[in-house]
Amino acid sequence: MAADSALTNGADSQRLRWKYLDRILSRPGPFTDPDWEPGEAVIEGLSRAKILVIGAGGLGCEILKNLALSGFKDIHVIDMDTIDVSNLNRQFLFRHADVGKYKADVAARFVEKRVKGVKITPYCGKIQDKDEDYYMQFAMVVCGLDSIEARRWINATLVGLFNEEDPDSLKPLIDGGTEGFKGQARVVFPTMTSCIECQLDMHAPRAAVPLCTLATIPRQPQHCIEWAHIIAWEEERKDITLDTDDPEHITWLFQKALKRAQEFNISGVTYSMTQGVVKNIIPAIASTNAIVAASCCNEAFKLATNSNPFLGIPETDNYMMYTGDESIYTYTFQHIKKPDCPVCGNLAKNLEVDSKSTLQEFIDSLAERPEAQLKKPTIRTEAKSLYYQSPPALEEQTRPNLSKKLSELVSDGEEVAIQDPAFQIAFKFKLVFKK
Amino acid sequence: MLKIWSMKQKQQQDESAATGPKKKKVTAAQLRVQKDLSELSLGSTMKTDFPNPDDILNFTLTIEPDEGMYKGGRFNFNFAINQNFPHDPPKVKCTQKIYHPNIDLEGNVCLNILREDWKPVLNLNAVIVGLQFLFLEPNASDPLNKEAAEDLKSNREGFKRNVRSAMGGGAVKGQSYERVLK
Repeated sequence: MAADSALTNGADSQRLRWKYLDRILSRPGPFTDPDWEPGEAVIEGLSRAKILVIGAGGLGCEILKNLALSGFKDIHVIDMDTIDVSNLNRQFLFRHADVGKYKADVAARFVEKRVKGVKITPYCGKIQDKDEDYYMQFAMVVCGLDSIEARRWINATLVGLFNEEDPDSLKPLIDGGTEGFKGQARVVFPTMTSCIECQLDMHAPRAAVPLCTLATIPRQPQHCIEWAHIIAWEEERKDITLDTDDPEHITWLFQKALKRAQEFNISGVTYSMTQGVVKNIIPAIASTNAIVAASCCNEAFKLATNSNPFLGIPETDNYMMYTGDESIYTYTFQHIKKPDCPVCGNLAKNLEVDSKSTLQEFIDSLAERPEAQLKKPTIRTEAKSLYYQSPPALEEQTRPNLSKKLSELVSDGEEVAIQDPAFQIAFKFKLVFKK
Repeated sequence: MLKIWSMKQKQQQDESAATGPKKKKVTAAQLRVQKDLSELSLGSTMKTDFPNPDDILNFTLTIEPDEGMYKGGRFNFNFAINQNFPHDPPKVKCTQKIYHPNIDLEGNVCLNILREDWKPVLNLNAVIVGLQFLFLEPNASDPLNKEAAEDLKSNREGFKRNVRSAMGGGAVKGQSYERVLK
C-alpha cells in the first residue's frame, strides 16, 4: 500500500521511477574505480549531461527511449527524414497518423510525454547544417545512422573540434549500426582511439552484380531492376535526376524492369522489390536494433556517470560486433588507431606564415621544416587546388599560383593539406598570418 | 571522462594541435584523391584534364593506345568521385560512342573493379590500368555491347576491321559510331 501511495504522489513517484538506477549510482560496485565517488553529485551530473542523438529511425527510436529511461534529461536529436508507413513496424515512437511528419519532432514529443522530466530538443534537417559551436555544447554523441557518409562527416567534425587546451572539446562518439541480424556498437574518443575513418574497411561493401550480367544475362528479378536503374534510366531519362523517393520514378523503373523480366522469363519483380533494390533497403530486424541500441545506451550511461568501465577506454576494447544470422556470436575487441588515418592520423597544426610571401616561398620553406622535409609537396585547401606536382595537366594549371601571395590564395587560419611522395600521410596546417 | 582527459594530456605532451578560427577542412575524400593523383603513372599513352583545377573529384582521362586493335584512337573517360570515396568506387564513363564489347553505346564500362570487385584499398591507378587493359584485350565473355562481343568471338579479324571502321566514324551493323582517330 505504501508503494501505491508513493506512485500517485507527484515528485516522490518521479524519484521512485529511478530507484534501481539510483542504487547503481549511489554505492560502489565490484568494477567501479577506487577514485569514484558515488552519490547525489553523480546523479545530478547525469541529469545535466547534454547528449546528442543522430538519427531517429530504427536505432534512434530505441536510443531515445533507452536514454530517457536511463536518467538522461537533456537530449537533442537530429534527423532529416519524414515518417514512412514502412517504418511503423519497428519505429515504435510513430503512429499511422504521424506518416509524413518529421521523425525527430514526433519522436521527441512522444518520449517527452512518456517520460516526465525529460527534455528532448529535435532538429529536422541535416547534420551538415550545424557548425562546430553547435556540436561543442554536447557531452557526447550517439549515432544510429544508416549512412557511411554521415558517419564519416560527424567523425571528422568531432576530430576537428578537439582542442588540447580544452577538456570539454573531447566528445566521445558512440556509434551503433545494424544490417539484418548483424550489428555493432563502438566508441571513439576522437584523436585518442581508432576513429570511424580508421575503421572504414570494417563496413561490408555493397554487394554488386557485374554490369555485363545486368546487360546481357539477367538471372534474377533484382538483376532486371538494377538494369532499369543503371542502364535504362540513363538511356531514356538522362536529363532527369533519379529521385528514389518519387513514386513516379519508382513506377517507371518498375514497369521497365517488369518488361525486361518478361523477356527473359524471370518472375518476381514487384513494386516494393523495385523500391528495395533501388534504395538499397536491407530488411531491418527490430530485435537487432534493440540489442545494438541497448549496448550503445549502456555505454553512454557509463561514460556519463563513470559508474563502470566502458567501451573505448584508450588501450582497451572499443568495438563490439554482434552476429545473429548463424546462431549467435559476439566479439569485443580493440580496433587499433591507424597512424596514417586521413582524419585523425595527423591533426592540423598552426603554422605562422607571412601573408605577403608567395606560394613558392612557402613551399620552399616546407623543405626545411624539422618534423618532415617536404621536398615535393602537393598542396590544397578545401576549396582550391594550390599546387599539384602531378599529373602534368594539373601541375600546369596550378603553376601560376606559385608566384601569387598567400593572402590571395588562402584566408587567415585556413587549413591546407599537403601530400608528399615521401610520406604515406597528408600533413595539415592551419596557416595563421603573422600580424 | 576526467580520467580519459588526463590520459589525453599524457598522450599529447609533445604534440600540438591547432586552435583558431573555424574554417572548412579538406575532406577525407579529397585527401585520398590527392594521394592517388600523386601516385598516378600515366605513361605516354594517357593524360588527364581537369575542367576546374580546384575540383579534383571530377576530371577526364584520355587514353591513346599505342598497340592492339584500338591503336591510333583517342578515348575519353569521365571520372566522377563522390565524398564517399574510397568506400564508393569512382564513377567512370566513356564520353564517346565507341565499338567495344565491354563498353555500351551510353559509355557504361564493364570493368570488375569499378563495381562488384571495388575495394577501398584499390586506387585510381588500378582503375586507369584496368581501362587501358580493356583496349589491349577486349573481353568477349563479359559483354556490354553484345553484338561487338559476338563479333569478336566469332570472327576476330572481322571484328578488327569493324573496330577500325567504327573508330573512323563509320557504321557497324547499321549503328554509326563517333570518329575517335587522333
